[in-house]
Amino acid sequence: MKVRVFVTPKKGVFDPQGVVIETGLRQLGFAGADQVRVGKVIDLVVHTDDRDDASARVHAMCKTFLTNPVIEDYTFTLDEAP
Amino acid sequence: MKVGIVVFPGSNCDRDTEHAFEKVLGVGVERLWHKDSDLKGVDAIVLPGGFSFGDYLRTGAVARFSPIMESVADFAARGGRVLGICNGFQILLEAGMLSGAMLPNRSLRFICRDVTVRVEQTAAPVVSKLQQGQLLRIPVAHYEGNWFCDDETLARVEAEGLPVLRYCDAAGVVSDETNLNGSRNNIAGLRNAAGNVVGMMPHPERCAEPALGGIDGRALLEGLLS
Repeated sequence: MKVRVFVTPKKGVFDPQGVVIETGLRQLGFAGADQVRVGKVIDLVVHTDDRDDASARVHAMCKTFLTNPVIEDYTFTLDEAP
Repeated sequence: MKVGIVVFPGSNCDRDTEHAFEKVLGVGVERLWHKDSDLKGVDAIVLPGGFSFGDYLRTGAVARFSPIMESVADFAARGGRVLGICNGFQILLEAGMLSGAMLPNRSLRFICRDVTVRVEQTAAPVVSKLQQGQLLRIPVAHYEGNWFCDDETLARVEAEGLPVLRYCDAAGVVSDETNLNGSRNNIAGLRNAAGNVVGMMPHPERCAEPALGGIDGRALLEGLLS
């Protein structure tokens, strides 16, 4: 099962990269866009065909190691396609 | 008296720290490899600065799972003294041995220079050789030293008097203008509730003898052993 984990700065956590990018967008004339936040994507493959099993294992990975709950939130998608 | 200095792949201040304790303070040193779990009977432990595991994922996020860290956590739980310097501070945060987490500096720049910090208290052994309100001139060198926690945690940290050092100016003024990197309440160093675990971004081992241009760090290292 292919997994894509999205890690994003928690609400209220200052994200200097987001601020810089938002300023850049504005200076380049891309009006009407804001609230830029920069996170990261972690791709991995979990060796199971069972979605519940995969989900439980990825939650455990995220809580233990892949994210720091003090500063980050996460979501993930599961893709069964080979 | 013997100090243990933990060495992770990517630690780069371990030799400086060893020099400061052994040659400047005349204290015995044991190097503790991260894959070992034997603390070799040391009386205090330093997690030195550097870029353990390349700072991949998050600073300290990989190092905190090294086998030695279980022994360090047990040592601290029994009241053993632990000092984390820079990357060592980041590792203590990731390990949950101190409150909060590190973000990139708000300037998004690596900051490498001398800074002034104010001693906030003398309750923890590390700061016990200093006076409250004393100013120290100490080098920093980090990209991720912007200490963060949520409002509730910050209120508890302040109520319990856990900050040990704050970034300030030459007059000791702590303000947003004198906040080096964006850390909440200018916190540069922090202790746990018991006081035996302390983390700080400044590098006392880089200013512990006149040849290095300053001796303000020496009292912090002496305090660890006091």
